[in-house]
Amino acid sequence: MTSIQPGRAWHPVASSGDAVVRHVFQGRLLGRELAVWRADDGYVNVWENRCLHRGVRLSIAVNDGRELKCQYHGWRYSNRTAECTYIPAHPADAPARTICNRTFAVVERHGLVWTTLELDRPEDLPVLPDDGRPLALRPITVAAPAAQVVDALRSYDAGEDLRLAAEAELLLRFDRGTAPGLTILVQPSDATTSVVRGVLHGVAVVDRDRPPLDLLRLHNRALNRVRARVESDLGPLQAEQQEPELELLSEELAELPPLSRPGRSASLRVRVERKWPAGADVAGFALAPLAGHLPAAQPGAHVDVHLPNGCVRQYSVVNAPGEGDRYVLGVKREPDSQGGSSCLHDVVREGDVLAVSEPRNNFPLRRDAEHTLLVAGGIGATPLLAMAQTLAHHGLDHELHYFAQTEDHLAFRDRLATLGGSVRRHLGLDVAATKARLGEILAGYAPGRQVYLCGPGPMIEAAREVAAQCGWPVEKVHFEYFKNAQEIDKESSFEVALARSCLTVKVLAGQTILEAVREAGVAMPSSCEQGACGTCLARVIEGEPIHQDVYLNDAEKASGEAIMTCVSRSASPRLVLDL
Amino acid sequence: MPTFLCTDPVVLNLWHPLAAIAETAPGRDHTTTLLEEQIAYALPPDGGARAWRQGAPQHPLPTLVRYGYLWTSLGTPPEDLFSIPEYDEPDRRNMNASTIGVHVSAPRAIENFLDMAHFPFVHTDVLGSEPHTEVVEYGVDVSAERDEVRATRCRMFQPKASASSADGAEVEYVYRVPHPYCSVLYKTSGDDPDRQDVIAVFLQPVDQEHVRAHLLLSVLDAAHEDKEIRNFQQSIFGQDKPILENQFPKRLPLDPRSETPIRADKSAVAYRRWLSGKGITYGVIPAGR
Repeated sequence: MTSIQPGRAWHPVASSGDAVVRHVFQGRLLGRELAVWRADDGYVNVWENRCLHRGVRLSIAVNDGRELKCQYHGWRYSNRTAECTYIPAHPADAPARTICNRTFAVVERHGLVWTTLELDRPEDLPVLPDDGRPLALRPITVAAPAAQVVDALRSYDAGEDLRLAAEAELLLRFDRGTAPGLTILVQPSDATTSVVRGVLHGVAVVDRDRPPLDLLRLHNRALNRVRARVESDLGPLQAEQQEPELELLSEELAELPPLSRPGRSASLRVRVERKWPAGADVAGFALAPLAGHLPAAQPGAHVDVHLPNGCVRQYSVVNAPGEGDRYVLGVKREPDSQGGSSCLHDVVREGDVLAVSEPRNNFPLRRDAEHTLLVAGGIGATPLLAMAQTLAHHGLDHELHYFAQTEDHLAFRDRLATLGGSVRRHLGLDVAATKARLGEILAGYAPGRQVYLCGPGPMIEAAREVAAQCGWPVEKVHFEYFKNAQEIDKESSFEVALARSCLTVKVLAGQTILEAVREAGVAMPSSCEQGACGTCLARVIEGEPIHQDVYLNDAEKASGEAIMTCVSRSASPRLVLDL
Repeated sequence: MPTFLCTDPVVLNLWHPLAAIAETAPGRDHTTTLLEEQIAYALPPDGGARAWRQGAPQHPLPTLVRYGYLWTSLGTPPEDLFSIPEYDEPDRRNMNASTIGVHVSAPRAIENFLDMAHFPFVHTDVLGSEPHTEVVEYGVDVSAERDEVRATRCRMFQPKASASSADGAEVEYVYRVPHPYCSVLYKTSGDDPDRQDVIAVFLQPVDQEHVRAHLLLSVLDAAHEDKEIRNFQQSIFGQDKPILENQFPKRLPLDPRSETPIRADKSAVAYRRWLSGKGITYGVIPAGR
């Protein structure tokens, strides 16, 4: 990388003030370019300065406060994890979670942003005197190797009676009288460039005789004199001709991705950070990671929650874009609970540790429509709230229609309040009135519009029917059922050929395709296992499926190109799947 | 055989553009840089064209005048350049829209020329606009016979597709890459929906990481002055330039594992494979290093 390889792995790469709101700062450490940016929640990100799609610098990306948006193709990367959350060229696809830019560990301390290029390197930041407010000097870039800059700075005093009191790796500490006065850190940008970063100690915020600005000016002039001397002594340096260092991606990322990619199951451990009444019969949960960062949840995504009683349930993530420090879920108490919602309401408490899957997104939000209608019934508002927050953040035209029994039954009213006028409440309507209202909402389909539906089964059925009557094409009507209320017929028996695995398995009466496939040793992701969530989707190459799911729309079912392996069966004696 | 700083035989044997004929004063010597070599060229008043390495006028380089540009080669070039039959149609307006220096490799600039997904973000409200960002499936083939990459049925919603269009429309493109450093696109003409405007980019590799981009227009447009047509294309190119100059690495990485393609990048994937297959090493980072 470069000839400088100091022992200390953590270096300052920016002043805290460089990472200002909605800005991306370009830094450099040991020959590596960095994009440094602060999200609106205060978190400072230090990333490789390169979008992994086409290599464009992220320092010219747009910091929208929650995500970085690459200037070239509008790819969005999430605060904290740098996961790609949206690829505008393919609005119907949820980006694979593995599309993730390189991130580096960050500590913000002493008015500076520190990072290390090494993985899992413990924090070995130098300990700086901490008496009073640290005041970071204006950084000075010097065209000289770090060691030479340190040499030249040993005699630094700026006419301030500074005395070199201590020295460590690329660090000089000066005292003024008996008190610590100034620490200078030299950031090795690359083999021929360094940045001098100073931190003044014990500076009073209000000092009539010595305003901080005067001190900053004084040191700025003095450090610039040092810079001029070092640079003229050394003469112009030939920048090292560096071969660009490219880390290769995984095979999976380098290939053109398939049209759809199933979610991958893996478990995360989270702590219930907060549990609160988020609406009548609705408990809100904020789940924080035990360590590290949580994978970003795209709008529409759900997680599997593994409960202490052994139940596994799916809940949509309510998070807004870039809200990456926890997952927020809303759980409605179901009167006929089979152990899921009652356990979360009655048993799980703040501080408990739960296992959850990584978020899967089988209900992705297209952001290429001119107008988006979101129609929510009851607790079905949760994925649509995530969508509404995303659309609002992107400035895209939308309305969230929320059907509920009473005002108290509206969940997450704090979030609804931030959405302002785009939220329409429809309270206390009976079946007939709901249908009539849906007719008003869905009247007048025009190209460029789309609708997302989520709520109780009968309401989605009614809305889909009304949409069809109003001329909405099926591909513009997106929906997600909580559960599959249909009676699933499992009595038939047939053969399933797995084309890619070169296997044929027999599906017996009482068994699902998913079970038979797994028994044959073929790994297959799944989540709800009742034909609602779309995780276990398989492509059909040959044969006549009986769907029994509520995930696919009528056109998709009629085409017979995909099935849900957890509930679908076969009308033909043999079904060939692309597995 | 003279020696050159560029050692890639495939690139040495290609035809490379030096300058637009219309912008070259005849009867005097001009100089430019090609593949890190100083090249002099002239249009003698009695016709024809000459080019030579600076300081070696006794060894003329091969020359060709085609599509309004002077072309040369440092090696043994093919007899003729790729064909653009539309250029000779009598009612077309042919012109050099611009010659612009860009700090990037030629293959990166070709990929940018082939790319539609950036229209809404880089050419906002001109060649594309949010939220119309989808790149629908299109066709790509590499013709062995013609030795060129071709992308067909490329469709995109465009608010203002050319100097002559007033309203937004879905525009269909065909792209050709008939030369490692040249590309030609065809798009529905604003004036005549049954015919296509032709825009080509001919990249003069100054070195591995710098090009001069010559932009040829061959359009059907009866209403606008040359100046207006040029201004439109120059403003488009001016939007691409800062993006291209912020790509890292500047040379195009050919290892499939160095960048993440999506389905919209099918043509770029085919182009990278095609370059690899030719064994090109100049302006690229070859795979397996």
